This record gives sequence, C-alpha cells and structure tokens, in this order.
Amino acid sequence: MTIADQKDGGLLLAIETSCDETSAAVVRGGREVLSNIVSSQIETHRRFGGVVPEIASRKHVESITMIVQEALSEAGVSRRDIDAIAVTQGPGLIGALLVGVVAAKALALALDVPLIGTHHIAGHIYANRLVGEIVYPALALVVSGGHTELVLLPEEGVFRIVGRTRDDAVGEAYDKVARALAFPYPGGPHVDKLARESGEEVVLPRAWLEEGSYDFSFSGLKSAVLAEINRTKMKGLDPSFGGLARGFQNSVVDVVTTKAMRAAAEFGARQLLLCGGVAANQGIRERLAALCREAGLPMLVPPMSLCSDNAAMIGAAADLKWRRGQFSTLDLAAAAQVSLEEWSVTDNVRNVL
Amino acid sequence: MNDWSGGGEKAAGAAIYALELRSEADTVRLAEKLAGLCAPGVLIALDGDLGAGKTRFAKAFAAGLHVPGLVNSPTFTIIKEYEGGRLPLYHMDVYRLTIEEADELGLEEYFEGDGVSLVEWASQIEPLLPPERLHIRLELTGAESRLAVIRPRGARYDAWCQALGLRAAEGEGSGDDANR
Repeated sequence: MTIADQKDGGLLLAIETSCDETSAAVVRGGREVLSNIVSSQIETHRRFGGVVPEIASRKHVESITMIVQEALSEAGVSRRDIDAIAVTQGPGLIGALLVGVVAAKALALALDVPLIGTHHIAGHIYANRLVGEIVYPALALVVSGGHTELVLLPEEGVFRIVGRTRDDAVGEAYDKVARALAFPYPGGPHVDKLARESGEEVVLPRAWLEEGSYDFSFSGLKSAVLAEINRTKMKGLDPSFGGLARGFQNSVVDVVTTKAMRAAAEFGARQLLLCGGVAANQGIRERLAALCREAGLPMLVPPMSLCSDNAAMIGAAADLKWRRGQFSTLDLAAAAQVSLEEWSVTDNVRNVL
Repeated sequence: MNDWSGGGEKAAGAAIYALELRSEADTVRLAEKLAGLCAPGVLIALDGDLGAGKTRFAKAFAAGLHVPGLVNSPTFTIIKEYEGGRLPLYHMDVYRLTIEEADELGLEEYFEGDGVSLVEWASQIEPLLPPERLHIRLELTGAESRLAVIRPRGARYDAWCQALGLRAAEGEGSGDDANR
C-alpha cells in the first residue's frame, strides 16, 4: 500500500450506467455513503417529470445530469469538493456504459480530478465494504441478473474467479422459469415468493457438474421444469406451479450454497460475501446464512439498496484504486466485456490502464 | 430511425427448409456448419420456445467461429460481444425488449458491423431486422429431438441452404409465422 493513509478519506463521485439503471453516488473513503441516487428508485421521477429507467442509452442521456446533480446536492457537497470520479467501465450494455463513461470523463476533465474506470462486479463485491469490514481471504458469491460467479479475494483488491455459470445466471434462470410459470418479466421475485409459500415440492435434479468444479449450469434445470409441465399437461392434469417453484428454488439454493461453502473451505476464506441483485432472494440468503453459522464463517450481505445496481458500490470499489493512486486516463473506453481479474489492484505498480 | 421495415418481406423466394435434429449433437453440428459459412454482416435470427436449445445452439455456433472463452446467456444484458474468434460475434437476446426499445438501442450498428449477429427471440423485433438474414426456428419434437425450420432471406442465405443440402419443407411461403 503506497499512499494509503493520507488519502483514506477521498471523496469520490461515482457513476453507474451498465444496464437499466442510471445511478450516481458520493462516497467517502470507500465506506461512507453520502448519497446514492438510483433512477428507478427516486423521487427524481416526480420532481423532474417522469424519467422511466430503460436500457436505451437515450434514457441514460436524459437522466445522467440530473442524477449527478441530485447525488451532489443530497450529499451536501459541491463539485469542487470531489477528489475523483469513478465510473463503471464494464461489463454491461455498451450503449448504456458509454453514457456514464462520457459523463465521467467530462466531469474529471472539467474538475481536473482523476478518473477511475471501475469493474461492475468489483462494485457488487465491495458493496460489502459499505456495511462492514472485509476480512481476507474472502469468498464472494455474486448472484445477479446477468452474473453468477464465485470470486476469491486472497487479499484486498485482488480478484480470482473460481467458478461461474456456463449458461444462465441465477437471475436469468429465475426469470425463465417464471416465464414457464406464466409470470410477467421480470418474474424472479414471484418464483421466490411462490416457492416459499408452497406446501409441496416437485423434486428436480441438481447440476453439480464435474467433481470439484465450482462452475454452475442452470439450463438443464430450466428444461426439467418445462418437461415436468408438459408431462403433467399431457396427462390432462394441471401442473403444480407452487411445487415446481419450490423444487426449482431448492435445487438452485442447494447447488449455489453448497458450492460456495465448499470453495470457502478449500480456499481458507475467513469471510463469505453475498452480493448482486439476486442476493435479495430469500431462499439463497437464508440457507447461506444458516450454513455460515454452522461453519462458524462470518457472512456479509449488503442491504437491498446496495445489492441491485447502484453507484455507491462503484465508489466503494474505486476507493481501492484511489488509495493506490491507480487512475485511468481520459481515453478510458467503455467495454461490454472486461476481465475482473485484470482489474485487480497492482500494489506499488502504477497502473497504466 | 430504421429504414429496413417492410423491405424484402415477400421479395425473396420465401423458401422454407426443415431439418430434423435427432439429438443435441445434431443441433451442435448444424450450428458449427453455419458458423463455417459466416462472413462479416451475417445475421442469424434464432427463435424457439424456452428450452428449445437456443443457448446450446449459440454456444456451438460461437465454438464454430473459434470464439475463445465462455459463451453464456445474454438474456439479462441483452447483448454480449465476443472478440478473438474468426469474426466478432454479437450474441443478443431481445426477449425483454419492445420494438421501440430495440430501435433505440441502435442494433443496426451491430447488423452492419464487421461481425456476425446471432439474435435470440428475433421474431420479437422482426420489423427492425435487415432484409437479408437467415431465420432458424427450433421446435421441440421430443425430449432430445428438435426440428429446425430454416427460412433464408436473400441470395447469400439461399446459397447457404443449397450448400447444406437442406430439404424444402411442404407449404411454400406461408408468410411470417412469427408465433411465440
């Protein structure tokens, strides 16, 4: 760690536009959230006349300025107080990412402060630092709409992917099963609720993959749900949607939590970090908490507002680079696919990104 | 914003071909063969119900293009771009888009790009698709078996179907069966 202590209290303005949400936040020292404005959640809608968050870049363009303004004023800071601008560089939807990156560059240039291109998944993981102290080595289970990954953090700011989904992310699997169960998009939360309320379970297979693998696969499970629906209908019966939701949920939860706990044990993790939008899923959350308690492994999970896409988490992750003086240049390019491992901090080495 | 709409709807031969896929291995073989024929600007419009094997097809198609690394579902992010193969691959899933949203996303930049576009649930955005494209609908015929219904639009794809020796399906040009 180079210039760690003196800059510990850096005031970062963070921007996140990787997908549906336009978000800006002011975060101090990677831990203290002074404001965290997310387009879908806010009164900004009301106040500024109904901005509907959408994946379309044009919507991000329309809302980015006011969201940044709102983040500053809610934090009670002026532009000139900002020490650096953090922005999601990727992964995400390129057109959406571009809006945030261009806005961030403009701000960094105008305010003459450093720019920190930040990895979206590092953000999800470091959302945990906004709620507690991370102890290394730590194992992160990232479950979101578009991502399902097991990430080992041997030390601060260093990321190693030990497992990932080979087809659908957990969130996608939930939404697709929800489609099969006739819920509207996005139906994941409906399936979670139905599973919890159902008194019966249609037992479905678990995809453990090869011995020792920490990867995931959920497409077979989705097919099993569809096959069961068809089989029942052919018999002229009504499929038990509740039983299927429960069977699906139990299969997902079983595989995801078992693999997370096994990886935590194998890599000697001293803490388990649950993060990503699907961390709201009660089934996963409760089972993982129970397993961690049993194993005596401390678990962190951010509140919902910091689990779904938001800019505060980007500020939290960017602080890793801020403290090390590892900044991006103004030719930073938004990228639909970027490597998390390569985004790791490089202690004592100036990042040339 | 787009000037494709309507263009060539009934203009081409509107031939329909059908290919029985007895197993997943057959799906993989078809995807790999098509990948081998690809050139910049190719558009494959892929349809089929949940579980029909669209993502499996996409993985095999990507492998056929020698795309390195993992290719997984683009449902949430809508577009995933892959470099490093014989051609760039733009893998899309437009299920959750309305025509308006899709139009605003600027998909034509991908369609006119240097890579190959593979669009899942393409029938959702039919009016936005360029006139030349290859439609493939995967239909479930059994637990393992599928029927690939293939509709070429434009000379390039007519030639592909000839090259693959596909058998014409009965019922010529029954129009756009954009069912879901």
